[in-house]
Order: sequence, then C-alpha cells, then structure tokens
Amino acid sequence: MALLEVKNITKRFGKTEVLKGIDFSLEKGQVLSIIGSSGSGKTTLLRCLNFLETPDTGVISVDGSAIFDAAEHKKKSAAEIRESRLRFGLVFQSFNLFPQYSVMENLTLAPKLRAKEEAKQSKLPHAELKQKFAEIEEHAAELLAAVGLSEKKDAYPCQLSGGQQQRVSIARALAMKPDILCFDEPTSALDPELTGEVLKVIKELRDEGRTMIVVTHEMDFARQVSDHIIFMANGIIEEEGAPEKVFGAPESPLLQSFLKGIG
Amino acid sequence: MAITWSSFLKVTLRLLEGFENTCLIFALTLVLALPLGLVISFGSMSKFKPLAYLTKVFVWIIRGVPLMLQVFVVFYVPRLLWDLPAFSRFNAVIVAFVINYACYFSEIYRGGIEGIPRGQYEAGEVLGMTKSQIFFKVILMQVVKRIIPPMSNEIITLVKDTALARVIMVVEILKVAEEYTAHALIWPMFYTAVFYLAFVGILTLLFGFIEKKLDYYKV
Repeated sequence: MALLEVKNITKRFGKTEVLKGIDFSLEKGQVLSIIGSSGSGKTTLLRCLNFLETPDTGVISVDGSAIFDAAEHKKKSAAEIRESRLRFGLVFQSFNLFPQYSVMENLTLAPKLRAKEEAKQSKLPHAELKQKFAEIEEHAAELLAAVGLSEKKDAYPCQLSGGQQQRVSIARALAMKPDILCFDEPTSALDPELTGEVLKVIKELRDEGRTMIVVTHEMDFARQVSDHIIFMANGIIEEEGAPEKVFGAPESPLLQSFLKGIG
Repeated sequence: MAITWSSFLKVTLRLLEGFENTCLIFALTLVLALPLGLVISFGSMSKFKPLAYLTKVFVWIIRGVPLMLQVFVVFYVPRLLWDLPAFSRFNAVIVAFVINYACYFSEIYRGGIEGIPRGQYEAGEVLGMTKSQIFFKVILMQVVKRIIPPMSNEIITLVKDTALARVIMVVEILKVAEEYTAHALIWPMFYTAVFYLAFVGILTLLFGFIEKKLDYYKV
C-alpha cells in the first residue's frame, strides 16, 4: 500500500480554480518531483499537503488513514490538525529560519516545545523531560552532521550563506521526524554556485530512503533524483511517469513546449 | 540678582522635588501604556471588522487631539457632564497620558507585527507549533528588535511631555520653575533643561545598549 494517497484535491482562491482535482500516490522511500510553469498550481498543492492551505475537496491519507478529509475538516480541533500536519515536513524557498535563534536552537525549538506540552499532559517528572531534551539535542546534532554543518551549530542565520541556511532548514524540518519531507523550490532563492550543496543533501536523503516530494525548476536534478515526475499545468496533472518517460518521450504538447522553453 | 551658592542649592533641591514627580509621571505612564498599547494594537488588527474600525477611530481621535486638551478632558469632563467623582489632578494626568501613549505605542507595535514576513508564521506552523507559541517564541523578539528605534523616540518625547501636567496644576519640575519665574527669578526655568537632558541622555545610552545587545540577529 502506498505511504501517501491523495484523492481529488481541489482548491479555489476566489474565482480562480487553482487545483482542479489532483490524484496521486507515493510509495515509501520514493522521491516525487513536481514540475510545471509558475501558476500551474504546484506550490499550492504542496501547501495543501502541509495544511498551509485547506483544500475545498479531497482526501489525503498517510499509511492508510485519512489525515485530511475536506468533508470532515471543520470538525477537527486545532490540536488534531497539528498532529496530522507533522506527518509532513516542509522546506521553504526562502528558508524562513528563525533569525533570533542559533542554528541549534532553530532545530530544537519546536521539538522541545512539543516535548514540554506532552510532559505537561502526562505529568512527566522533570528529570524525564530533561532526558527528552537531551535526546532532542542529540538528534539535532546528528542532523546537523548529516547536512555538514556541525561546526555552525552556534552560529546565527544571518552569519550563514544561503546554501547553508537552506541546509539548516532541511535539518530543522527533519528534526520533527516527518514521514514525508516536502521541498518548495528549495534552490530558487540561491545563487547558482550555492544550489549544488543543497541538491547534494537532498540526494543523500534519498539514498537514506527518505520519502520526499520536491517542487522544482531544476530539471536535471529532477531527472536524476526522482522515481516519479508529475507535470502540472492549469491546475491538473497534465502528464506523469518515470523521469525517462517524462523527459525522454513527453506526450502532452504542453509538456513538450514546457521542456523546450527551459531546455 | 546674583546667583549665590546658597540660592543655587536651594533652587536645585526644589527643582529636584519637582523632578521626582516628573519621573513618577514618566514611569507610571510607561509601565501602564506599554501593555495597554499591545491590547489596542490587537484590537486594530482584529479580524472582527467592527472592533478594528472602532479601535482605529479611537486611535485617530487620541492622536489627532493635543495631549494638553486630553488632560483637560479627563480632569473636567466626568464631573461637568455626569457629575461623576472627579479624578484627582495627578490621576487625571496619568489616565490621559496612559491612553495617549498607548495609542502611539499601539501603532508602533502594529507596524512591527505586520512587518514580520508571513513565512515566519508558516515555518512555525509546519513545525507543529501553536499560534501562541509562534507569537511568543518566534514573532515577539523579532518585533521587539524592529520597534526599538521608534519606541525610543516616543519614550524620549514622553520625558518632555510630562511638563504638560502643570496645565491642571500638577507639580513637576517646570511647574516649580514657573513659580520662581512668577517671582521674577528666571534662571531656574533655563536650569530645568539640565535635568531633562540628563534624563534623556541616560535613556539614549540605555536604548543604545539594548540595540547593541540585539545586534546578534537581523530581522
């Protein structure tokens, strides 16, 4: 059974229908890239998965259980929604690191707040909470090592290059242990010479077997890293398939002209 | 009339007494207006439109009318119109000042809060933080950093606005000096500038220190 199952997602902003019924599924450990010109709805789709937008219709299931159902959504409490959204992690185009916190604190802030809440609910003794905090810090240190930034743990975001900031924000998203990590054009805000280090980290994550969804303009990268490609146009999935097929033998005229336009 | 050491000392002590009141008006206004301003700024940013409009009209009136007039209104209007027990002179000054400064602060807060990029909230949301965690742990310190320069301006203005208390006969340093002027002794009036300058000097150093303390991050 697929890890992620998305059925009939639609979303309109006022009179514009941005998503007109999106269906796809994703197996555990696979990497899905979503490509398409701006305005095609790909970023909105990603934001729907992360609960930053609420779809008008549709169902999102992870591991066979529906974490979002448009018909039921209004009945859900804020706490339930928070729980569901943690199945996904999101790396933003503009990093959105917290400027007043060090790199390490950026990674541990949210996990620690969560541990504190849980400790309060279950009346956990203080010593055990401290133990949990230590585990969170340990995990964060491992993640920083994985993105090659151990020596920057006490630096502040303004002291880092764009590429380093983006690597920190990848580690920060992983600190919440999401099932599926999403990237919203992770290299679009970077100078060309800095995109390589970020793409390398994403490749390493794939080799570790992480399930990921990447919205990207980097076609070479999408071709190398993805198991599956979705090409979106005008709010629908215009064409999808393995990278060799989508890039090698595109069928849809829209996809053909899209690939020509950027190639 | 020549200034003698003994008259200088006597005037200094009298002015210091008045200055004590100046400091009290300043401190009370600041302590009460800082949180009230935050409440007003939430009102003006409310998604409940009638509340937002009402707050904005209120802020417009308070910022649009001279503070001196507001002091008169708070002191005289309750008993003239409704026969209510009047505020004491000192309390009337505090009430008028707190409302006035809270409105100015609220606009500074609003600018600071609205200037924080949407992405900061979204980053908190996708990490599973609650709305209040996002505000207090992520947004607030960024707002603080943004608003310190305009706030220090406003707070320095408050030091000098305390002199308006004398319009309803509340004693503060300038009022004391005026009493000397009424007795044809003019120099104490000019001498008050030294007190104001010293006070504002200390505040300037303090704000400079805070700005430097917050220099380690950029917003």
